[in-house]
Amino acid sequence: MSFIPGDPTITLPVIFAALMGLSILIYVVLDGFDLGVGILTPLATDAQKDRMVASIGPFWDANETWLVMAVGLLLVAFPVAHGAILTALYLPVALMLIGLILRGVAFEFRAKVPAPKKALWNRAFFGGSLLTALSQGYMLGFYIMGLDHSWSAHVFAMLTGFALTAGFAFLGACWLILKTEGGLQGQAILWARRTLWAVAAGLGAVSLATPLVSARIWDRWFSVPEFFVLAPLPLLSFALVAGLWGILRTRQVADDGFAWLPFAGASLLYILAFTGLAYSFYPFVVPDKVTIYDAAAAPESLFIILIGVLIVLPVIAGYSALSYYIFRGKARDLRYD
Amino acid sequence: MDMLDTLMLSRIQFAANISFHILFPTITIALGWVLVFFKLRYARTGDPVWMDAYFFWVKIFAVTFALGVVSGITMSFQFGTNWSGFMERVGNIAGPLLAYEIVTAFFLEAVFLGIMLFGFRRVPGWAHTGATLLVAIGTTLSAFWILVLNSWMHTPAGFELRDGVAHVTSWWEVIFNPSMPYRLVHMLLASGLTVAFVLAGVSAIRWMMGDRSQAVRKTFRTGTVMGALLIPLQIYAGDLHGLNTLEHQPAKVAAMEGNWQTGSHVPLLLFALPDEAARENRFELGIPSGASLILQHSREGVVPGLDDFVSEDGRIEHPPVAPVFWSFRVMVGTGMAMLALSWATVFLMRRGRSMDSLPRPVLWAFVPMAFSGWLATLAGWYTTEIGRQPWLVQGVLTTREAISNVPPTLVLSTLLAYLAVYALLLVAYLGLILYLARRAALGATAPDAPALGRPVNDPVQTIERRTA
Ligand code: HDD
Ligand code: HEM
Ligand code: HEM
Repeated sequence: MSFIPGDPTITLPVIFAALMGLSILIYVVLDGFDLGVGILTPLATDAQKDRMVASIGPFWDANETWLVMAVGLLLVAFPVAHGAILTALYLPVALMLIGLILRGVAFEFRAKVPAPKKALWNRAFFGGSLLTALSQGYMLGFYIMGLDHSWSAHVFAMLTGFALTAGFAFLGACWLILKTEGGLQGQAILWARRTLWAVAAGLGAVSLATPLVSARIWDRWFSVPEFFVLAPLPLLSFALVAGLWGILRTRQVADDGFAWLPFAGASLLYILAFTGLAYSFYPFVVPDKVTIYDAAAAPESLFIILIGVLIVLPVIAGYSALSYYIFRGKARDLRYD
Repeated sequence: MDMLDTLMLSRIQFAANISFHILFPTITIALGWVLVFFKLRYARTGDPVWMDAYFFWVKIFAVTFALGVVSGITMSFQFGTNWSGFMERVGNIAGPLLAYEIVTAFFLEAVFLGIMLFGFRRVPGWAHTGATLLVAIGTTLSAFWILVLNSWMHTPAGFELRDGVAHVTSWWEVIFNPSMPYRLVHMLLASGLTVAFVLAGVSAIRWMMGDRSQAVRKTFRTGTVMGALLIPLQIYAGDLHGLNTLEHQPAKVAAMEGNWQTGSHVPLLLFALPDEAARENRFELGIPSGASLILQHSREGVVPGLDDFVSEDGRIEHPPVAPVFWSFRVMVGTGMAMLALSWATVFLMRRGRSMDSLPRPVLWAFVPMAFSGWLATLAGWYTTEIGRQPWLVQGVLTTREAISNVPPTLVLSTLLAYLAVYALLLVAYLGLILYLARRAALGATAPDAPALGRPVNDPVQTIERRTA
């Protein structure tokens, strides 16, 4: 373990917390856009639906693998916290899984079943995406409230459920602006405009609630040097929302030179929001109860995983990039042959 | 009492989820390699029929894979939601193995699947074959890592306990634990057999629907020959696996044989009703000294009995007998049926004779046998896993100790929801395969029917498609 600086029982948990955070962030942005596309499908015509699904078809499976990675890292690096968190989130986890199951298989079924049944699978695709987004948002809110079964926690969690759903729809719309053209792209711009306000409201609500729930977080935000370190986050987010609103109202977004802008802006917004949350909760994995150091697995085990992860992660990044490169440009019809 | 209910329900839920999951990987592990085979045959012979076979089966692969992925994601949450004690006690071993599965296998499959399914027109032919190959390697690697973990749970090695928590002393011993090679080989062969009979069964269905295309003939032959080659290997591997189990988990073998008292000249029971209350069998029918012969290679061979696994104070430390006894017989029986059917068919089709020369009942027999792989695989896993009870990790951690503290009503409600979703998906999956078969068959008999999709085996079109 010689190349790990410092005390491995401190350094390794920090490294793994960072890796886990990175996986969650990548998952939220990547699966966020394809869940978002699913949530938007009822607003589209049948032909548009095919095109929308085609825009995410080659990617969704790899996107979802980041969830397995995040949960896997939680499981392997912080076994104690894994049990505590997932037991507390038992029901929303089960609902999310059912949502993921429905949409994952609807992808395949809707493209292959006889025509009359296609509408049914389209609905399953939408329903599954919606259920997944709602339950993930619920889990986020419930986690922020300290995994504590109180009335206010459940109400807040429901709120974040809706906010994250809208947020995914926004991300999905931005993806469609990038990957489609013509009428569908015009629609996507409209959808992005309509969901942006919900994103802003959600960010605001979470930012207001977090310090109120936990005295520790309050101190961390509003004591003097920290306040100035943190200040750029909300300011930048605010500027980004305003900027996104500005671009989405211009015609040029549809021009191909700019079509990537909304998606890039939206991703950045997610990165900022995530950084804020990570800053507030560090070093806890179970809010205010268990720190990453207490929950970490044995250093020997973490070390052996780290070696594998460090070797394999660049390879994964490489071939993921390859796949996005092969399927670059505007989405076309998906064909097996 | 409450904990007992949670325990029972969590066990049922876990068993339901893993049983559902395994149905799909069993197919994709070997089907990936079959698809590589189809592409290589095409590259070698230039015969477009191989590409027809590829395009038909790649669709089935895609649906199967999707079902495998979504049910697999469910599996990875189970450890936390229902079995938190598992990771707390043996997480130092299970964790890295699961992590290696994710980083080496899952990403590989998931990324190259996109290129394999939808990249045919976007990348050169060799790259498409390469993507198919990488997906096949990925599914096989998945099976490797998860079976390492599962085998370690049966024959734990390479670790020490400190304050009740397992810590690794040798990764080599953890990975190459005593039962791993046997389990891996037996499972990979099981996957090959499942696919062999699915290929043959679906081809037989298309044949009954009037499809006389070359693609059907070729896949049928591929399936039957594959089955005939693999089944003797499987029987041999299964026998070795059983001997390995005798060494490490004698209580399981005693339950498999339905043998209550340790002794020699133990019969091989073909039928019996094990009665746990009376601790004896009713209605025994067996081959004298058969079990002694198989397990110890001599009539005098001593076979362990279940009565050895009852503690002084009367606590039972062996698995429930009837389910292990019966699932073992279902597996072996199915294996024998596979042997009989595949060899008979290969014999009937020898020397270039084709499907036309097969009697209809033989063709019909392949239809139910399309499920034989699933049946034997599930039965095999039930033997293995129930046979390990009351242990979750043999000799280290009992199933009861690993349970999460979740209210039983919650477990029950999620269990019912999963069951409902699974039932629905299974029906949809089988319906879809039938539909694809019918569409392909109609395309083959009536090449001009445009509404039913592109004719499947029109060579001119196939070549156009290739060069497009
Ligand atoms: C197509 C599937 C298939 C077929 C035809 C067979 N098996 Fe099997 N068997 C499996 C699929 C399987 C399996 C699902 O893959 C299992 C469960 C766990 C494992 O490693 O393999 C298994 C487990 C398993 C075990 C339990 C190992 C343990 O203790 O953990 C034994 C002793 C055998 N098999 C023996 C046999 C024999 C003697 C067969 C002769 C016909 C046979 N199997 C056919
Ligand atoms: C290789 C990965 C596997 C792992 C890590 C694994 C792990 C486990 C665990 C944690 C349990 C305890 C829960 C319980 O008692 O129900 C269990 C039991 C069980 N598993 Fe597995 N399992 C694996 C594969 C399978 C497969 C593929 C099947 C079936 C197709 C299966 C069937 C069962 C059954 C039926 C039980 C219930 C035994 C009983 O409680 O009586 N397992 N396994
Ligand atoms: C407790 C046990 C298990 C867990 C936690 C588990 C977990 C998973 C997960 C999360 C996936 C989805 C991967 C993705 O996102 O691409 C998956 C797929 C897969 N699993 Fe499992 N699995 C288990 C048991 C098994 C067993 C027993 C086998 C076979 C021997 C197996 C073989 C596969 C394969 C080949 C795939 C690729 C997808 C497919 O082929 O359908 N798994 N598993």
